[in-house]
Amino acid sequence: MALDEPILSRRGLGRLGVAAATIAAVGVVKAATSPADAQATGGTIKVGILHSLSGTMAISETTLKDVMLMLIEQQNKKGGLLGKKLEAVVVDPASNWPLFAEKARQLISVDKVAATFGCWTSVSRKSVLPVFEELNGILFYPVQYEGQECSRNVFYTGAAPNQQAIPAVDYLMKENKVKRWVLAGTDYVYPRTTNQILEAYLKMKGVAPDDIMINYTPFGQSDWQNIVSSIKKFGSAGKKTAVVSTINGDANVPFYKELGNQGIKATDIPVVAFSVGEEELAGVDTKPLLGHLAAWNYFESVDTKENKAFIKEWKAFTKNPKRTTNDPMEAHYIGFNMWVKGVEKAGTTDPDAVIDALIGVSVPNLSGGYSALMPNHHITKPVLIGEIQPDGQFNIVSETPGLVVAQEWSPYVDDTKDLIGDWRAPLKCGAFNVKTGTCTAGKKA
Amino acid sequence: MHRIIALLFLIILVLPASRSHADTTDDAYDELSASALAISPSSFDSVRQGVEQLAVSGDPRAAVVIGALHDGMLFARDDHLLFIQQPDGSYADARTGVPAKDVTDDDVKSVRVNNAVRSAIDAALGSLQLFAPDAPTRLQAASAVFTSHDPAALPALDKALAKETNPEVKRRMEQAKAAALLSAPDVSQADRLAAVATLRARGDQDSRSLLSALAGQTGPVADAASAAVVSIDHVLQIWSLAQSVYYGVSLGSVLLLAAAGLAITFGVMGVINMAHGEMVMIGAYVTFVVQQLMHAYLPSLYGISLLIAVPMAFLVSGGVGVVVERSLIRWLYGRPLETLLATWGLSLVLQQVVRSLFGANNQQVDTPGWMSGAYQLGGLTLTWNRMYIILFAFLVVAALMAALRYTPLGLRMRAVTQNRRMAAAMGIRTPWIDALTFGLGSGIAGIAGVALSQIDNVSPNLGQGYIIDSFMVVVFGGVGNLWGTTLGALTLGIVNKFLEPIAGAVLAKIVVLVLLILFVQRRPRGMFPLKGRAVEA
Repeated sequence: MALDEPILSRRGLGRLGVAAATIAAVGVVKAATSPADAQATGGTIKVGILHSLSGTMAISETTLKDVMLMLIEQQNKKGGLLGKKLEAVVVDPASNWPLFAEKARQLISVDKVAATFGCWTSVSRKSVLPVFEELNGILFYPVQYEGQECSRNVFYTGAAPNQQAIPAVDYLMKENKVKRWVLAGTDYVYPRTTNQILEAYLKMKGVAPDDIMINYTPFGQSDWQNIVSSIKKFGSAGKKTAVVSTINGDANVPFYKELGNQGIKATDIPVVAFSVGEEELAGVDTKPLLGHLAAWNYFESVDTKENKAFIKEWKAFTKNPKRTTNDPMEAHYIGFNMWVKGVEKAGTTDPDAVIDALIGVSVPNLSGGYSALMPNHHITKPVLIGEIQPDGQFNIVSETPGLVVAQEWSPYVDDTKDLIGDWRAPLKCGAFNVKTGTCTAGKKA
Repeated sequence: MHRIIALLFLIILVLPASRSHADTTDDAYDELSASALAISPSSFDSVRQGVEQLAVSGDPRAAVVIGALHDGMLFARDDHLLFIQQPDGSYADARTGVPAKDVTDDDVKSVRVNNAVRSAIDAALGSLQLFAPDAPTRLQAASAVFTSHDPAALPALDKALAKETNPEVKRRMEQAKAAALLSAPDVSQADRLAAVATLRARGDQDSRSLLSALAGQTGPVADAASAAVVSIDHVLQIWSLAQSVYYGVSLGSVLLLAAAGLAITFGVMGVINMAHGEMVMIGAYVTFVVQQLMHAYLPSLYGISLLIAVPMAFLVSGGVGVVVERSLIRWLYGRPLETLLATWGLSLVLQQVVRSLFGANNQQVDTPGWMSGAYQLGGLTLTWNRMYIILFAFLVVAALMAALRYTPLGLRMRAVTQNRRMAAAMGIRTPWIDALTFGLGSGIAGIAGVALSQIDNVSPNLGQGYIIDSFMVVVFGGVGNLWGTTLGALTLGIVNKFLEPIAGAVLAKIVVLVLLILFVQRRPRGMFPLKGRAVEA
């Protein structure tokens, strides 16, 4: 910075200041719209919301901020929690991973929030993890992820790989007799770990290494011509082929457009995606995508009383009849209700008491059952497989008969096959090796 | 009670019909409707069986019912009766086609399909439509049978082949027959060898797929199939080379569009405009707004909404550009670092403004019918949207060059950038020309946004993905030279697409960047440096 000073004139700084002020102003307007019912008697319980409202991830995370505000408002209408009103503290980490850690620190030590709901990408979670462990905070993480993690301070309400990826692959093997697999993903930790697990799983199921093609693309890839045509080529080897896509957010739209244009239909080469939900499809003409699949634990089209009520409230809250709901929203719905129950059970918002009280808590999910919080800080979920419909919704074609318990450490990866996480006394360990009987990481006295 | 009514209904319906295939047909109908009401994975299986039975039943209404299922217009009532929804929203009995006036939306449930059922529907419709009166439908039917290569279609194919007069349709039917023969049991070796030869002559990826399934076995047919696969692979390899060139040109044209505006603002004016990508983004949002407005007020002209969006995007982005130049850039001429920071800040502001106005979500911009799909040229798949974008990119650059060369404004722009003081002395209002030049560059970026809305997300982040690439192209091609920009964009596109299959998309990008850095080390002024006094200015 010292080097820049002589070059920067006072005037230039002024202009920069104007720009910065404008950005800040926009941020303030956003924050001001959040309900802050601080005038309630007897103080408030603060709830942190750590979702990007600007930058690349804003497309997905803004919705989660909105759903949290709705849940908090509803809880306050019901009389709050422990006789106090809840107060949302919204911060914007701006899709900037180090900023996530800074904002998390601010939420816990300055705002003194009782719990934080936030993060989307795995890299943002990894960035805030040390902060939550150091300051003993509570984070509810609502997005499906790659597993291989089990922290005492994090509650994973999204799916672990065995609650999403593995059942999807099983479905394709059974229903479509798929023999050849393309594992296509964006180049970062979630797709890489998921594909590592899937590759091990497929090989275990007897798929030859020649029949697996793994392809990674950079974030925001927009030119898919080559990759789609190589998938087409890979699929012309006389065996039924499917694509397992861990392609992230924004890159999906051009990917699906290219599939449609090159005439790859779901009946030829089905694509099953783990990051494509109703929200992502909102910007696509879905007619050419008819029949491509997605695996989630919730779809907006789930036909239950609870879901209909949730959708109605959501549309009323956002005052937009076109807003869709999606899987991470349901995860926040479950996570928030679990936290409320946990706090009520503990009778306090003290993190240690709440963390212990949360294990075993069970609340209704939106697909007609109950989800329970297991000792490994993951929740039980049904796995649904849906086919894309022309209206951008999913037609549910398969549902696991019961709820699936998360495997936080994958049994298909050599390094982790003997590990379990159990945060109940007396074990209290995030990575306990059952072979050697030792706690390898995440021990908390 | 329901059951008894249903039975009565059935008897009344079935009795007068008494067709030879009545049994299987009715089973098929029942299967369809019963499974439509049960929601379980196994119900899809029975829907599929129902479709297959209907297809072979010879029932004259089979094609209508399966067609309705295909279009999502087939509904089932609790009493296992099927209804087809008519275009006006009313229902008709699926068996007879008689309008059912008493049926309302609440009584019936749509028959759902999954991929397996959809394949069965395609195959069934294929064999049912082989006798359609118009040739394009028959051609489509033959292709559908080829894809399904279901031996059950063989008798229908033979009959259709005997009657067929159109040579193109006939060829397709023979290929479909060959495909079906190869998967049928009990076919003589001579027939199978002939089928392999037919597929070898077809020589595309689908045939390769069918043949390579055979190639693993032993016997003369398998040998012929392996030989055919090898020969097809040779041909496909040559095509794939051409395909890579096409992809490269296509990527190059996108880069060219994105960079053309920057070639003016950065190349000609020397403004490091980090908000260039946002001008592109604004153009894409203009496209979205134009489509929404036309959808609401001028639905008849919706097909050409993109053509209308082009001038609108130019005007809006250009207007924003003029305002930005007057209010921000003009104070910063000659101070590159401040320009860089200020325009970068501006890009954040513009993104947030759009995000606040339209929301953070992607907006749906429709692709008109004439721009979707692909044209098959031998082994080349030329997607229409990319083709139009290639054409469009070259048109835009040609128009830009013409504007700079032949219009009075272009003359003044060149004069001002080459020698500002002399131009001012000649009576040119240089500040005004600066604003217009910046507006022109921004307007071109807006036009690029219209094209990019067809291949990328229309979201506030659209521009960020292109800003680095645009600078790369302009620097590589030679600052201030449109020919250089054009050639630079195409070179980068083609190099990228040839590297991608070898190195993977991630590494290809890195390799291109490294190559570019090395190149700029050797030739800091790019491929076509400007010469003369302008360089020193």
